Amino acid sequence: MRLVVDLNRCQGYAQCAFLAPDVFTMHGDEALLYDPHAEPAQREHVARAAAACPVQAILVDDLDGAPGPAEEAPGDR
Amino acid sequence: MIGDGSIDRLRREGRIVIVGASLAGLRAAETLREKGFTGSLTVIGDEPHPPYDRPPLSKQVLLGKAAPEHTTLPRRLDVDAHWRLGHAATGLDMAARRVRLADGDEVEYDRLLIATGVRARPWPVEAEAGLDGVFVLRTRDDATRLHRRLTEETRRVLVIGAGFTGSEIASACRERDLPVTVAERGSSPLVGALGGVIGEVARQMHLDAGVDLRCGVMVTALEGDTAGRVRSAVLSDGGTIDTDVVVVSLGATRNTEWLAGSGLGAGPRGIACDAGCRAFDVRGIVTDDVFVAGDVARAPHPLFGYQFLSLEHWGNAVAQAEIAAHNMISHATDRIPHLWVPAFWSSQFGVNIKSVGVPALGEEILVTQGSLADRRFTAVYGHQGRVIGAVTFDHGRWLPFYQELIERTAPFPPPFPTLDRRADGRGPVPAEFPDPSVPTHGPTVTVSGYSPADRRITFTPGRA
Repeated sequence: MRLVVDLNRCQGYAQCAFLAPDVFTMHGDEALLYDPHAEPAQREHVARAAAACPVQAILVDDLDGAPGPAEEAPGDR
Repeated sequence: MIGDGSIDRLRREGRIVIVGASLAGLRAAETLREKGFTGSLTVIGDEPHPPYDRPPLSKQVLLGKAAPEHTTLPRRLDVDAHWRLGHAATGLDMAARRVRLADGDEVEYDRLLIATGVRARPWPVEAEAGLDGVFVLRTRDDATRLHRRLTEETRRVLVIGAGFTGSEIASACRERDLPVTVAERGSSPLVGALGGVIGEVARQMHLDAGVDLRCGVMVTALEGDTAGRVRSAVLSDGGTIDTDVVVVSLGATRNTEWLAGSGLGAGPRGIACDAGCRAFDVRGIVTDDVFVAGDVARAPHPLFGYQFLSLEHWGNAVAQAEIAAHNMISHATDRIPHLWVPAFWSSQFGVNIKSVGVPALGEEILVTQGSLADRRFTAVYGHQGRVIGAVTFDHGRWLPFYQELIERTAPFPPPFPTLDRRADGRGPVPAEFPDPSVPTHGPTVTVSGYSPADRRITFTPGRA
């Protein structure tokens, strides 16, 4: 599961770090670090974190709409 | 030929080519499909990888918290595009509406979006740049190579250039407990983007983290051993640094060479375009079928006197790509302008740095909240009596308020009291940007081109 956080929007509320601590962590008081490639087991946690983000800064892709083979580099997934 | 009169046909069965398969290229492709474009879509990229995100490369990836190959950008939808990855565009024929590829193939378009971005500026001496252990950090492959080397035995890392990327690399190395020297030509880190007052705060952050920071010096040579591996660097002050990993972090170069001779208004500063992302040709005439977005574009901005701004900002790539995509399949009267307020972030030494507006245009700075000593503050930049930019260190939640001041062209210094204003904030002080004629690490916003305020032609009526 791939994700990206719009850090222009992010205001460090840390809801995501609370709801999906294996994917999102605070670095210092305010900066957010995240794993852009979360394990499938984290899916529900990440979905909850994305929904709870007060500024809606977390974008998670839809695994059902899997991109075609031409755009996938070997070993990318 | 598909002109404005047949926009509906273009939307239905036109051919759109996007050159550049990174953030801007991907977001444009998604937006085209979201807005109902059902024709053929081709995305050309010189790297073999599907669109990936760059900000993590100098942060999470170097810290070992994310794998470089795991930075692929999520998709909002399946864009149903023909992806030509690993194929660089090498030429453009505007009359025949064709893009030439490195393998000799040609792709025809009705609308073209150029989003070729920038690349890392390499170390200028080719033989030295080729030494084993000399790196740049821009692409996923760069990050893979550098990360691998840092996990091997490293005696000392030398980072050349203390802009945002250089500072983030130094920060990650210290967090991994690697000895680091940073060499910066300017008087302090980040001085080109944020000025000397904030640069002094950045300088203290480097020192507190144990970085061997050398400002006001240039690296004049890199020296290798007989095996071709870098061993030391010579500084302009006569010093030498024993090092086995050098990261060259001297900013970026715009990828416009492939457009040479095409007739498009493209050069080292990027590709000039109007507020609707339509590219200009070399005669200064706006095209109607070639659009540009992202780091490679430079566009006039009304908040900054309609001067042309080049922005190497993540958010700009997203916003400009969405607007270019909308405009390229819309009637002239439905087009929308790109009025995004520049904004960027960096995180280094555990501090979240964010900025809006164009601080580099500011002459004075006022700390409106918090204090520089605590490294938790908001500072506002003034330009000709108005608020032109703001920066926060661990104070990001206040930034939207200051963005609004910039958008409203509020007076500087702001006349109202603010919460948590301390000794630093008693009055504005010079922002201490370096003299533009003195080379330093550049800012992330480049202001270029003429402003309408620069009247070059004066009409003088004849005498009766």
